[in-house]
Amino acid sequence: MEILYNLLEGFSNGIYLTLIKDNRYEVLIRGFGNSILITVLAAAIGILLGLLLAILRLRGKGILASFANGYITVIRGTPSVVQLTIIYFIILGQSGLPDVLVASIAFGINSGAYVAEIIRAGIMAVDRGQMEAGRSLGLSYPKTMRYIIVPQAIKNVLPALGNELIVLVKETAIAGYIGVVDLQKGGVSIASVTYNYMVPLLCVAYIYLLLTTTMAAGLNVLERRLRRSD
Amino acid sequence: MIKVIGLHKYFGDLEVLKGINAKIHKGEVVCIIGPSGSGKSTFLRCLNLLEEPTKGEIILDGVPLIEHKKDIDLLRQKVGMVFQQFNLFPNLTVLENITLAPCKVMKLSPAAAKEKAMALLTRVGLAEKADQYPSRLSGGQKQRVAIARALAMDPEVMLFDEPTSALDPEMVGEVLDVMQQLAKDGMTMAVVTHEMGFAREVASRVFYMDEGIIYEEGTPDAIFGTPQKVRTREFLSKVL
Repeated sequence: MEILYNLLEGFSNGIYLTLIKDNRYEVLIRGFGNSILITVLAAAIGILLGLLLAILRLRGKGILASFANGYITVIRGTPSVVQLTIIYFIILGQSGLPDVLVASIAFGINSGAYVAEIIRAGIMAVDRGQMEAGRSLGLSYPKTMRYIIVPQAIKNVLPALGNELIVLVKETAIAGYIGVVDLQKGGVSIASVTYNYMVPLLCVAYIYLLLTTTMAAGLNVLERRLRRSD
Repeated sequence: MIKVIGLHKYFGDLEVLKGINAKIHKGEVVCIIGPSGSGKSTFLRCLNLLEEPTKGEIILDGVPLIEHKKDIDLLRQKVGMVFQQFNLFPNLTVLENITLAPCKVMKLSPAAAKEKAMALLTRVGLAEKADQYPSRLSGGQKQRVAIARALAMDPEVMLFDEPTSALDPEMVGEVLDVMQQLAKDGMTMAVVTHEMGFAREVASRVFYMDEGIIYEEGTPDAIFGTPQKVRTREFLSKVL
């Protein structure tokens, strides 16, 4: 009985220290905001970049296709924390860009490689006759891609894209490596003041979980809406 | 209107077309018949460069297509195509299937494109399906929409690649009726088909293809009535 009492008291004390004293919850909220901002920007960069890389790879030959291949090989073959630190300390370190933006670019560049492969698979799954029908009507290759092939491809791969987005959210938890106070870093920095790790880290984990499950639900809704034409 | 000179097509080492010479005149309906593997579809697909010929010339309205490959999007507007598998765009409604190319290629206003599309849908008897998605249509209806879609670009010639081969038998008639009406209206047409009745009744000329060339050609009466060559006779005795 007494053990339980102590545990509960420790926990409520931890909550007080972690969240309430000195308005420390604000650190978590700011960190959460940064995590979201990085994810949104990185996802936008990743999808645009991925689409471009996928089309370059599909067109087959030439310098651009080789570039796309090399890009995907390098990005998929190295840890994202290494990429993040290289981009921060070596490439964009002196650029004066805000750290959050540098992190977004780094995660976008990383995500683009994975999105490229997902979209490429989706495009290849679209029936060849669709491209032929588009072209036979006088639509150019880019227009056929834009209005006919890519919309169908995206619909095909929406589950995989959603998965990548959820991976991306979690991946951003390493942004602290370059000094960005994201959700994870916020939790750790509170703990380093209070010496209580349990409450802040459980809070952080719970918030990530809430975020990813919300996203999964949102993707389900989107998927169902796109099924309209089936 | 279309002149084909010495057309060859290889797929790897396989020579599918071995030197085709042909003319299709304005207002003509040419039916292309022959056994499978004889290169009928490949020949047809060369006419709008969906297949790139290995050798030879295709002249459309006086323009050599292969030399003007850069302008192929412009040239393809003159050549409508209908596919065996319909190839409607499943992500667009019937109406959007038809208005897409007029809006994005001919730069027609949405309202004008819609008006035109509705007129075409009425012509193929499917005006009430305008807002449906293709997945809701039967095969025959899909193919009629595909014909309307091709017509929306005001083509000068229409290519049909086995337009009824993927259809259930009871739907063949509705598609052939639309095509027959089109022929009556004076459209220049090239039709790869196994529908001998249609070829006999509607064609102005029939090409019998075999061994990668146009083996024999003539009026439907000549080809179906008094075929001159042995292989033509053998083929017709099997299918008629």
